[in-house]
Amino acid sequence: MTTTTRVPLRTEKRARSASEGTRRKRRGSVTLTVLTSLMAIYALVPLAWLVINATKTQDGLFTSFGLWFDDGHFALGTNLRDTFTYDHGIYLRWLGNTLFYVVVGAGGATFLAVLAGYGLAKFDFPGKRAVFGIVIGAVAVPPSALAVPTFLMFSRIGLTNTPWAVIIPSLIVPFGLYLMWTFADEAVPVEMLEAARVDGASEMRTFFRISVPLLAPGIVTVLLFSMVATMNNYLLPLIMLKNPDWYPLTVGLNSWNAQATTAGGQAVFNLVIAGSLIMIVLLLAAFLTLQRYWQSGLAAGSVKE
Amino acid sequence: MKRLLAVAAAAVLFLAGCGSSDSGSSSSSPSAGSGVSDADVQAALQKGGNLTVWAWEPTLKPVVAKFQEKYPNVKVNLVNAGTGNDQYTALQNAIAAGKGVPDVAQIEYYALPQFALGKALTNLTNYGAENLKADFSPGPWGSVHSGGTVYGLPMDSGPMALYYNKDVFDKYGIKVPTTWQEYLDAARKLHKADPKAYITNDTGDAGFVTSMIWQAGGKPYTVDGTNVTINFADPGATRFTQVWQQLISEKLVAPISSWSDQWFQGIGNGSIATLTTGAWMPANFVSSAPSGSGRWRVADMPQWQAGGTATAENGGSSLAIMDKGGNKALAYGFMKYADDGDGVQVRVDNGAFPATTAQLNSPTFQNTSFKYFGGQKANQIFAKSAQNVVTGWSYLPFQVYANSVFNDTVGKAYVSSTPLADGLKAWQDQSAKYGNEQGFTVK
Amino acid sequence: MAVPQLAAPRAVKTTHRRSWAGWQFVGPFMIVFTLVFLAPIAYAIYLSLYRNRLIGGNAFVGLDNYRKVIQDPQFWSAFGRVALFLAVQVPIMLFLALLVALAIDSGRLYGAGFFRITIFLPYAVPAVVAALMWGFMYGARFGLIGNLSDFLHVQLPDPLRPGLILASIGNITTWEYVGYNMLIFYSALRVVPKSLYESAEIDGAGQFRIITAIKLPHIRGALVIATIFSVIGTFQLFNEPSILKDLAPNAITTYFTPNFYAYSLTFSGQEFNYSAAVAVVMAVLTMIVAYVVQLRGSRQR
Repeated sequence: MTTTTRVPLRTEKRARSASEGTRRKRRGSVTLTVLTSLMAIYALVPLAWLVINATKTQDGLFTSFGLWFDDGHFALGTNLRDTFTYDHGIYLRWLGNTLFYVVVGAGGATFLAVLAGYGLAKFDFPGKRAVFGIVIGAVAVPPSALAVPTFLMFSRIGLTNTPWAVIIPSLIVPFGLYLMWTFADEAVPVEMLEAARVDGASEMRTFFRISVPLLAPGIVTVLLFSMVATMNNYLLPLIMLKNPDWYPLTVGLNSWNAQATTAGGQAVFNLVIAGSLIMIVLLLAAFLTLQRYWQSGLAAGSVKE
Repeated sequence: MKRLLAVAAAAVLFLAGCGSSDSGSSSSSPSAGSGVSDADVQAALQKGGNLTVWAWEPTLKPVVAKFQEKYPNVKVNLVNAGTGNDQYTALQNAIAAGKGVPDVAQIEYYALPQFALGKALTNLTNYGAENLKADFSPGPWGSVHSGGTVYGLPMDSGPMALYYNKDVFDKYGIKVPTTWQEYLDAARKLHKADPKAYITNDTGDAGFVTSMIWQAGGKPYTVDGTNVTINFADPGATRFTQVWQQLISEKLVAPISSWSDQWFQGIGNGSIATLTTGAWMPANFVSSAPSGSGRWRVADMPQWQAGGTATAENGGSSLAIMDKGGNKALAYGFMKYADDGDGVQVRVDNGAFPATTAQLNSPTFQNTSFKYFGGQKANQIFAKSAQNVVTGWSYLPFQVYANSVFNDTVGKAYVSSTPLADGLKAWQDQSAKYGNEQGFTVK
Repeated sequence: MAVPQLAAPRAVKTTHRRSWAGWQFVGPFMIVFTLVFLAPIAYAIYLSLYRNRLIGGNAFVGLDNYRKVIQDPQFWSAFGRVALFLAVQVPIMLFLALLVALAIDSGRLYGAGFFRITIFLPYAVPAVVAALMWGFMYGARFGLIGNLSDFLHVQLPDPLRPGLILASIGNITTWEYVGYNMLIFYSALRVVPKSLYESAEIDGAGQFRIITAIKLPHIRGALVIATIFSVIGTFQLFNEPSILKDLAPNAITTYFTPNFYAYSLTFSGQEFNYSAAVAVVMAVLTMIVAYVVQLRGSRQR
């Protein structure tokens, strides 16, 4: 059945490469490329700074030019090793926590957003018009103000200082819901659903058997956005977690940055920088790996019309 | 009445009910009625149990290890719940939630009255803490009291001294200042000789300013129960503003925030020539500004009057027993071990600066030479400073808030033409406004 | 709110008979959403009607906290600051994002794939790390700015001084989110039916004309949603000022942005009742602005 109807993932690719084919016939513009390069440089300079400074010692950070290497002291290896071994290897623990939060949190967020986005796109049900309004409205409330009420609630349920205190709030990514809504609207043809219904399949079964494969590119996109959102999480874990063993990297790295400010504390700015670099590299690796799916997902409805 | 309002969702009703019952209970619970004897504490230590301690002080780690060796039945769970304000927030949250309150917490001296007044801490009189007076130097001992009652044991202290970069001073022929007037002259001479060098850095720091006023004999805060007076126009405060205003107006202080990467850099490369701060600083010099090693020295804190000896405390913290914590006799046992017993030496060996007279006066302590300070026996200066702390200082029972708005008010003096004295007045007004809103009577 | 109309313009075409079946899909999301958003919001509203004092305990005060917010100069100063930010930074950021998206979509760029990835990269950097990084770079004495000053033999202005701090934060957020918005626009542009501007080209329309007459109207939905998310993001500005405050304590006050103000009230002053009122007022203001943006966006349809 799936084979008889079009499979958007593939059609889409074909459509896209065809369009790129026609577009490539146009002359490339040097001016346009140079102008866009300026933006690329703007995006890259701070990252270059991060890479360069991850190669410096704590002292070298202070004594050498920010955008060039510290002559004769290439400490990238030492910094990376120190990052992983400092304070009994707590960084590795934080990295593991972050991965765990991302897998469970972003995975769960994606699952919920996909289900709900699909529901909004393909069904008419009582209260539907209110759903998105409520979601957008709730998102407008400053999160720092919700932090304390959330903390008090979670504390009562006994969730504070456990990984759940980080995971449960990250299960909601409103932007993911919006993205999935628009994507599902395009990617799943109503006729297919109607056909399945005629065959007597339940809605859930139809969803998993027919719709999920069609939604794959969108799911990957939502997953990527959720991953970034989960990794970005800072304020809530800061409040919810007391035990550094459960910190995600953001909170952990900031605690390294802050420890210079205590009596007897040690400034480890070099490790903060190296630790940030490792984190970003891993995130980029995930992005680039999933990029193939992700771009087709972003080109949401290129099958349209 | 409260239930009447909670009309929203069922979940909220549930929350609201709990919320109101909780805020009621927080004002109750007087601590152990009759006295808790040393024998009781000893018995608790032998019997053992679990103890949760919230502290960010790094030297407590080895203390806990030794403690558990000595009392194998006790399991101490040492948690770093954040530094300073972050931890206080966590404490307040835990207290509000009525769950997850630690047994013992590290609390800085300036924040202690706030927790004591909020009935978050256990009154230690019943544990015989008052008898320990002679064990501690006067500054920190005064700081663990609120309204005449002892609420904690001093863990460390920060008698102030002047740290200066000798290389820089020698290079420009600057004499080590003994008064603040000389300090001002030194600042001018230095900055004139090298426009990239500054006598010190300052972007407005509440702890520093209050300590300076403290040394100058100012008593801006008087607290009598819930009656509070704030006055930043007293002679002590005025002395301070007159000198410091000139440093700011003539741009003689580097606009670099303490503890930033740029600050450590300035300490290391000589562009920040002095620091006037607590005796806990050496460990930070060694670990965070290693390139300044051998160049720095320690001297007595400059004076407001030539020939004076007055000093003040800067920073420092105590351990206190939370009112909502468990096993208090055990908690007291740990606290006494860490702050007044064998634990103190462990902490000193790891670079902490003690608050106990036994350590301060011991020959080994006094004769320790500091490589960072060119072999100088700096502890002698610190110990002397600890003896000369001006007595009678008190912080506000809402100092945590007051310090948080310092840069909103006094900070203007550092980045605009607002006079320092006006900034302090604004700080006074804002602190008073908050105090009144919180139910104090502030004048 | 009339958002659904904008968000799912083709709703009529795709939906079938009205039934409760949709809830089995939307339900799980809404349950968690209720737990982590709606319940705390309701609780915050409840809190905002009380006043808990260090001395004197908890008392019901009705709308007193709201009255106080309306008259609080610090709140309005914070609001004014983010409003200014919204008026300057958001248009610049969205404009840059749109230009890049159009450039990449035009097919006239060498190495379009490279640019798409590169410009998007900063979005992958967590805000906390980005603020830490820029904080190091902004150091006017020994940071990158200081290095450049020495290198060029001029004294560059300190990006962390009061007059420049907002612009410096604007730079950080622009850097972080240009790529993200670019991607939203770009994916919307890909959906524009090629046939439309191919025929326009045949009719002799210039590139500029095609952009204004065909491309922009077609991606209006994306423009509006990006603007709404930017409005919300701006009004909730928090991570950047909170991390930079250690470096610029006098330039960044405790009431620098409304969100930061709410945070300071709660965490330094224990005023979570008042803080909750500030948050509720701010949420209402945010919704109003978002709604206006949305109305304007759809009126031109």
